[in-house]
Amino acid sequence: MPKVILDFEKPIYEIEQKVEEMKKLGQSIDLTDEIKTLESKLDLMKKDIYKNLSRWQRVQMARHPERPYTLDYIQMITRDFIELHGDRNFRDDKAIVGGFAMLDDEPVMIIGTQKGRDTKQNLYRNFGMPNPEGYRKALRLMKLAAKFKRPVITMLDTPGAYPGLEAEERGQAEAISRNIFEMSHLPTPILVSIIGEGASGGALGIGVGDRVLMMENCWFTVIAPESCSSILWRSWEHKEKAAEALKLTAPDLLQQGIIDRIIPEPLGGAHRNPEEAATILKAVLLEEIKKLKKIPTDKLIEKRIEKYANMGDWEE
Amino acid sequence: MAWFRRSKESIDSATKKKDVPDGLWLKCESCSEIIHRTVLEQQFFTCPKCNLHFRIGSKEYFSILLDEGTFKESDAKMRSKDLLGFVDTKPYKSRIKDMIAKSGLNDAVRTGVGKMNGIEIGIAVMDFSFIGGSMGSVVGEKIARITQKARKSKIPLIIVSASGGARMMEGAFSLMQLAKTNARLAQLSDAGLPFISVITDPTTGGVTASFSMMGDINIAEPGALIGFAGPRVIRQTIGKDLPPGFQRSEFQLEHGFVDLVIHRKDLKDNITKLLRMMYQCK
Repeated sequence: MPKVILDFEKPIYEIEQKVEEMKKLGQSIDLTDEIKTLESKLDLMKKDIYKNLSRWQRVQMARHPERPYTLDYIQMITRDFIELHGDRNFRDDKAIVGGFAMLDDEPVMIIGTQKGRDTKQNLYRNFGMPNPEGYRKALRLMKLAAKFKRPVITMLDTPGAYPGLEAEERGQAEAISRNIFEMSHLPTPILVSIIGEGASGGALGIGVGDRVLMMENCWFTVIAPESCSSILWRSWEHKEKAAEALKLTAPDLLQQGIIDRIIPEPLGGAHRNPEEAATILKAVLLEEIKKLKKIPTDKLIEKRIEKYANMGDWEE
Repeated sequence: MAWFRRSKESIDSATKKKDVPDGLWLKCESCSEIIHRTVLEQQFFTCPKCNLHFRIGSKEYFSILLDEGTFKESDAKMRSKDLLGFVDTKPYKSRIKDMIAKSGLNDAVRTGVGKMNGIEIGIAVMDFSFIGGSMGSVVGEKIARITQKARKSKIPLIIVSASGGARMMEGAFSLMQLAKTNARLAQLSDAGLPFISVITDPTTGGVTASFSMMGDINIAEPGALIGFAGPRVIRQTIGKDLPPGFQRSEFQLEHGFVDLVIHRKDLKDNITKLLRMMYQCK
């Protein structure tokens, strides 16, 4: 059972606890029928709750502290991962990790933002908020992948690029812009997977690709709902309304033509069954890589640019 | 002698606006100099005493940068559609409608082709007065199209930026404009054509994190605020006051993110010189 239970999940865990208790009792008295009814009730309730999450509830799911992070997925889906460090200019940013790895028989470059599990780790990872050197490391690794014609897989899970003084001094905007620019015509397949939070330019800095895949309980948009609320409503209180207005969930984005595919998660979210979540993710990644590898590089780049050129909503 | 005395030289207004107000006599927000409108115009909308660059719009930049009567506007009628049905304290649809009526502009950028000292160029100029110069689908699309046009006509591209960043009311659509504009710029660059980015006060967020930082040459006007995160957000994050001059043009020059800081009156001639040295211009 997860240590952190979200408000809307409480009824589920109450029944789960009851079932556990009955199973213990069941050793002395026969409660098979009662347990069965309760379990089917639980099943229905889970489906009802998780299939009807509000947009704000999805944001909470995406931020669940027990959700698998980039390095967890790398460990579960690849072998021989060798992490590579540094941007060759300033230092190694711990909020972005990356390196070569084997995805089954496929050598790939895998890069992602990395959050920490506890306070100590979070300070080390800067809460998954990259500095310019993180984006520059990511770009260095992507160019390395392109040099050897290896596909790039990126994993997005960040509350945003770090808004700090030194980050500005070292050109946070330039670093993100450069990555977007270079990724748009990088001569190798790029698969983007959103595995948690996809906050704005900080996420897009490693988020331009041929196929953008998004796990079921994630969010991806131009600004975090809280910040949007504080700017447009001048208070942090309207985050639920902001989340609704921003239409930031996977189904929303698929409809808007911004992502290409939704990756299903185990019932209750990836953190309820990380292995299962990883297995699904891996199968999707392999399937997509196979398709992309068949497309000649110049065609691939052209298709990628045209895809982004068609995004938007205007009238003339 | 009076026992009370004003503690400050002048009273600060809570919000500083540097847009050129209507009226014949104008006051410089920085040095309080009273300037006649015609003088200000002759000075390219900069203060003759302290050099403050007033915030101006696309109309003024076209007349400053282009040869008279050469500007041909593209996609002038393009407008935002509000596919998300976004409502905050006011529906986005009526926000746009009101803004169009108030400003006489259709969105925060105007694009087209024109001549600069005889050189044919593609040009885009942003209007900060239109919802903070924010970039939504229309700004992204118009910039992408003029970039395409520059590539196909083999002419240089100049973009004058002034923006608070991406337009929140268009959600992920506005975020994707960063990718759209930069993708087109990458193609322009691959085709060997020059792109000069002129960055004016203020340029932050999604616009600095896309086209405005991608110039072959980045030029800033003096004293412009240029950055990724806004100063208020940074102050909140680090819990300290920011040093004077932080994120201004001169700071960006010092840290290596702009090539030049140029007075508005010298923009046209300097850009022309650069273009002639960079490229076989038409």
